[in-house]
Amino acid sequence: MAIFDYAPAPESVRPQIREDYGLFIDGRWMPPESGAFFETVNPANETVLARVAQAGQADVDRAVRAARKAYDKYWRKLKSADRAKYIYRIARAITERSRELAVLETMDGGKPIKESRDFDIPMSAAHFFYYAGWADKLEWVMRAGRDAQSLGVCGQIVPWNFPLLMAAWKLAPALACGNTVVLKPAETTPLTALALAQIIEECDLPPGVVNVVTGDGTTGAALVEHPDVDKIAFTGSTEVGKAIARRLGGSDKRLTLELGGKAAHIVFADAPMDQAIEGVVNGIYFNQGHVCCAGSRLLVEERVHDEIIVRLTERLQTLRLGDPLDKNTDIGAINSRAQLERIEELVRSGVEQGATLVQQQCDLPSRGFFFPASFFTNVHQSHRIAREEIFGPVLSILTFRTPDEAVEKANNTPYGLSAGIWTEKGSKNMWVAQRLRAGVVWCNTFNQFDPSSPFGGYRESGFGREGGVHGLYEYLAH
Amino acid sequence: MPTLTGPLVNVEAVMLESRANALSQRSIKTSAKLEGITLAIRCIDLTTLEGKDSRGRVRSLCAKAVNPRPGWPNVPSVAAVCVYPNLVPVAKQALSGTSVKVASVATAFPSGLSSLDVKLADTAAALESGADEIDMVIDRGAFLSGDEGTVFAEIGAVKQLCGNAHLKVILETGELGTYDNIRRASDLALEAGADVIKTSTGKVGTNATFPTALVMCEAIRDFARRTGERRGLKVAGGVRNTKQALTYLVIVKETLGDAWLTPDRFRIGASSLLDDLLMQLEKEETGHYAGTDYIPKD
Repeated sequence: MAIFDYAPAPESVRPQIREDYGLFIDGRWMPPESGAFFETVNPANETVLARVAQAGQADVDRAVRAARKAYDKYWRKLKSADRAKYIYRIARAITERSRELAVLETMDGGKPIKESRDFDIPMSAAHFFYYAGWADKLEWVMRAGRDAQSLGVCGQIVPWNFPLLMAAWKLAPALACGNTVVLKPAETTPLTALALAQIIEECDLPPGVVNVVTGDGTTGAALVEHPDVDKIAFTGSTEVGKAIARRLGGSDKRLTLELGGKAAHIVFADAPMDQAIEGVVNGIYFNQGHVCCAGSRLLVEERVHDEIIVRLTERLQTLRLGDPLDKNTDIGAINSRAQLERIEELVRSGVEQGATLVQQQCDLPSRGFFFPASFFTNVHQSHRIAREEIFGPVLSILTFRTPDEAVEKANNTPYGLSAGIWTEKGSKNMWVAQRLRAGVVWCNTFNQFDPSSPFGGYRESGFGREGGVHGLYEYLAH
Repeated sequence: MPTLTGPLVNVEAVMLESRANALSQRSIKTSAKLEGITLAIRCIDLTTLEGKDSRGRVRSLCAKAVNPRPGWPNVPSVAAVCVYPNLVPVAKQALSGTSVKVASVATAFPSGLSSLDVKLADTAAALESGADEIDMVIDRGAFLSGDEGTVFAEIGAVKQLCGNAHLKVILETGELGTYDNIRRASDLALEAGADVIKTSTGKVGTNATFPTALVMCEAIRDFARRTGERRGLKVAGGVRNTKQALTYLVIVKETLGDAWLTPDRFRIGASSLLDDLLMQLEKEETGHYAGTDYIPKD
């Protein structure tokens, strides 16, 4: 009989959710011109949370016009220290409403409440605080003698894995630099962006400085192709990112892309093993693996492969999968049925191609979209699960024999967003880190973030950086 | 000289502390809290280790150890009473016929800086007086100067003297400086024959902490994996409230497993913790906090 089983510990706060959400344009809430709405569901129980406006071409037009007007008439002329005050105000409001926002994020997206509470929401506030501080110091971003000039109207398209945080990553630097914004949240997770729009409304930002248009891919496409948008910032899949890059080729629109990844997480035999296992677990099972920088390809030194499998298999069983609103849940719900099906399809391909599947032994809830924490051994570079981004709680484990081989295998991917290295030897850590083609390399840790630290990819993981001084540079004319 | 044969294990402080912190965020509510509090009480080594300890003081403590909350039949006895060697006979007499064990510190507690002969004589005296369990200290000076052989040999000699008496080996983690050292000392003590590895004497600035307990659990888990033997953990010093005690249970549960959630393999050395556990227990059962004066103060 189990001893000291944790009783359910559900988060009790219930956020206010409206039945319908219109579009937030020019400081007002308005219905979409077409009158079309779509439903957003809680992926943990498949219940409908709200109906959200489907913005079409005409709505995007209105939003861009509002953003342009706000830019020309007000925001670009505002003293930078006053811009900072508005951004500080947003940061404080997020902090004050953090618990409600955390619950909303978890209900709409399926991530464990402990993650939205301890990571997404505080980090979102931190980004606004950080960039608020930069607003009146922008000359330090530029080379000496050059003025810091804003770009104009920015179209920003954010993904469903960190809905509020990605909106914060994009909005905060854009606003600090004096730009106005049309933000397009992801179709499956619009609610925290809409809550942020409410916060922005309450913070009395001038109408049109931030506009939020919800909808599917067609809304995003309309924004990308809008002639009066000066910059597009997109975070999402490599496939869509490529399409955007093709469409904007030859135009003078600025573009930054933060796309997929298939990060190598390298564990040497001399690694601090217990902590490396924690790093691996955090690297792939954080947010159900819906993380573009997830450490989804584990490269282990062959001599410790068996030991790592034993430890990881044991550790997998202590992960708690279930109700995302329970404070003890480690693995929440998969974001959508479509994503669950994609994960299932890739896992099937792994089994068919001869890899060995190991999974957490647990009952899955009868409703909602869930997938157990999993890993594959006997994976080879030629397998789909070693090459394609699964974007789920599924780790592929490969082996290497020497540091050279580790680097070669790690770089043998079209992606290059992040990587991790575990070894006790400082010199080896540095030697490997210098040779990895990845935007972020974590040494003896994983998934460390800070607003002051830039983040972004190599090759098919995108270009441009978000966070830190580098993130400001992308929103200034140069 | 015999010494450690297992592998050298490195510990990375940042990730260790982050894992310990994550475990401390577990939300223990309702039935789990009740079960955890009761389990924590059963795992307590109710301790008095002061220069002013007297017969009367030890007798009062023993009474409380057996029946922590008179009138509440569901409240169990604690695991043991922990005293200095001179007071073992008093405790032994007061606890005769009960399930509560008598533990004695020994081996020149708390510094451990005497000759092996003195340490063995100290231990022998405690055992002769009827101690069921011995809490020895390692020679931290020897350990830190690299003389692991001496530490290993001393633990072995005390263990041999103990026979069937339970041997807890205090590493005094607050003096070891790094998690690497704590892990190394844990491995050394386990291999030398410790039944239980214990964090602290309670006499230095830093006593039990969550990351320390975690790294020691990892040593115990790896030892069990290597040898099949399930050794125990005792956290001591600075464990004053229910939240801390429940976090230690969480650390043990999620690192070692349910088989370690028993007084045979897990102990908390504490004095004031019991009062807070009783207060929280009453709160869970009645919905109200009792005033501190409703809890026996011994």
